[in-house]
Amino acid sequence: MEKENILEVKDLSVSFNTYAGEVKAVRGVSFELKRGETLAFVGESGCGKTVTAKSILRLHKAPFAVIKEGSQIICDGKDVLALNKKELCKFRGDEVSMIFQDPMTSLNPTMTVGKQIMESLRIHKGLNKKEAREEAIKMLKMVNIPSAEKRIDSYPHEMSGGMRQRVMIAMALACSPNILIADEPTTALDVTIQAQIMDLMRELKEKMNTAIILVTHDLGVVANFADRIQVMYAGQVVERGTAREIFYDSKHPYTWALLSSVPKLAKEAKQELYALKGTPPDLILPLNCCPFASRCEYCMPICKERNPFETAITDTHKVSCWLQHPNAPKVKSFYDREVQ
Amino acid sequence: MDQVIETLKNADNILEVTDLCKFFKAGRKQTLKAVDHVSVSIRRGETLGLVGESGCGKTTCGRTMIKLYEPTSGKVVFDGKDISTLKGKDLLEFKKNVQVIFQDPYASLDPRMTIGEIISEGMDVHFHLSEQEKNDRVADLLNKVGLSAEYANRFAHELSGGQRQRVGIARALAVEPKFIVCDEPISALDVSIQAQVVNLLIKLQKEFGLTYLFISHDLSMVKHISDRVGVMYLGSMVELASNYDLYDKPLHPYTQALISAIPMADPDGEATRERIKLEGEVPSPINPPPGCKFRPRCRFAMPICEKEAPQLLEVEPNHFVACHLCHQKNQ
Repeated sequence: MEKENILEVKDLSVSFNTYAGEVKAVRGVSFELKRGETLAFVGESGCGKTVTAKSILRLHKAPFAVIKEGSQIICDGKDVLALNKKELCKFRGDEVSMIFQDPMTSLNPTMTVGKQIMESLRIHKGLNKKEAREEAIKMLKMVNIPSAEKRIDSYPHEMSGGMRQRVMIAMALACSPNILIADEPTTALDVTIQAQIMDLMRELKEKMNTAIILVTHDLGVVANFADRIQVMYAGQVVERGTAREIFYDSKHPYTWALLSSVPKLAKEAKQELYALKGTPPDLILPLNCCPFASRCEYCMPICKERNPFETAITDTHKVSCWLQHPNAPKVKSFYDREVQ
Repeated sequence: MDQVIETLKNADNILEVTDLCKFFKAGRKQTLKAVDHVSVSIRRGETLGLVGESGCGKTTCGRTMIKLYEPTSGKVVFDGKDISTLKGKDLLEFKKNVQVIFQDPYASLDPRMTIGEIISEGMDVHFHLSEQEKNDRVADLLNKVGLSAEYANRFAHELSGGQRQRVGIARALAVEPKFIVCDEPISALDVSIQAQVVNLLIKLQKEFGLTYLFISHDLSMVKHISDRVGVMYLGSMVELASNYDLYDKPLHPYTQALISAIPMADPDGEATRERIKLEGEVPSPINPPPGCKFRPRCRFAMPICEKEAPQLLEVEPNHFVACHLCHQKNQ
């Protein structure tokens, strides 16, 4: 049975007003998320993945960041962009919640972790102090924090990085939201702790049937976790597909570059890694061409004149690249060349 | 005869560390054992990788080796000379020969100096060059690290992270060192920029015959760049082997867990791969558990592990492990 869409984003554009000019950080991103599904945003820093994720919660401050007209975010039948302040408060935390990148700075250092978890429980569920505390202890146990009854009265500085990230997850899941946005949840952590946190998120996802948007630059983390992946570059989605399609049958040169710049464990040491030349385009300038054209090995004249449209390869796999045009030369990915 | 072979073997070691300890005072009666009896030697021209979770003493170890910290005890011999006894000219010579590339390219460049000044500062101390020679050398170095010469007049804030790290590398190379400690040089950078910097480091090593100590928590990158890899846990070296041995057949339970936790960009492989889960987190280095420090998290903990700290012994040729289990198997 086809699952229903819980989130639909259409043509989302977000700009920041700076002294240098208008930075168009997100340029016409559309995607949908089904109930209980995991979608990953992958790309280099500054490609607009976090900005996209944050706009779903409307977390950008108004005069500096503008969600452009024509953008549409529909969550569970509600138009998020039309919500007023009060409705927005209800929406955040209750229906969609977020885990931030750095657990060291995103918890309030002056409040015990228990109080921070209880806060959302009391606001959204209307529990009294005692009930909220019990619920908070339950949440801490669920994220595997040892001796939760004691730990609930600890301050964030008394905890390690992994534990703080667990608290963040407990806080985000306290009101059992439909969608959880995890913005680089493991970037600040060690590999062993990263594995623990990813296992925990997988477990909770199955238990609570939460849809997850995972924002990350680490393709390794995504491989085993995401159902679908969306590769972003310069504020646009350049390729999207299921995890298998992206990893084994990717079509966009940028995805190839991302995949080959990570060293493979099976590969000979000290060989040259594939390194992308140049830097991402300046997002202040208008982009009328393919944003990746200046760094692309397979750049053709048309790439510098027009932005490619999205070509569907299968129902789920879509690529924005002129190489998919029927008249384009057939090229082989350098990523495939390496694997063979 | 054995002794002769031993000396011959040692002849090509650029750095020999024996029983190095670095303790910090933490409060009135407590000491934090950041580096606890580490012995390792680094061969000329090789890259030794140093991995471990944060707080395991990798950085302290690297810094103590090159006298940025004064060791609490132990001996470090660089190029045949004990570094604790160096004075005057010899000390200056030592400092010229070892350089560091720091982790955070945003914090390790002086914001008030131009890139040219940053790179040439070391040359002023060690070489006597005219202004013209200096500028030529700076331009030359900038070209070597893949930046154009006009960057010499810019300031650090005008550069991107990858460019700054290139400046950090140029600064280290400016005094013609033999040995460079790369302290997490890529962790603050983006994936595609990481590849650029690592390629540059490998290229420079070939060109100048440099020796690297490559400290990182990114295990796949360490495998890529290193000849040998040491794994640290709570201040001690638990395993030391060539990178193929270490990644293909890790012997220490901690190394096994670390390697199985590396995320791989391969959905099918990930689904079938067996993962060793490590429970809990690294204990505090102020009060490490007695005996083997890894015991509380170890799957194979035995009674002896609680009583005795295992020594780092050679169980296979050039494969050193500090684990009672591996030692017993080997007997």
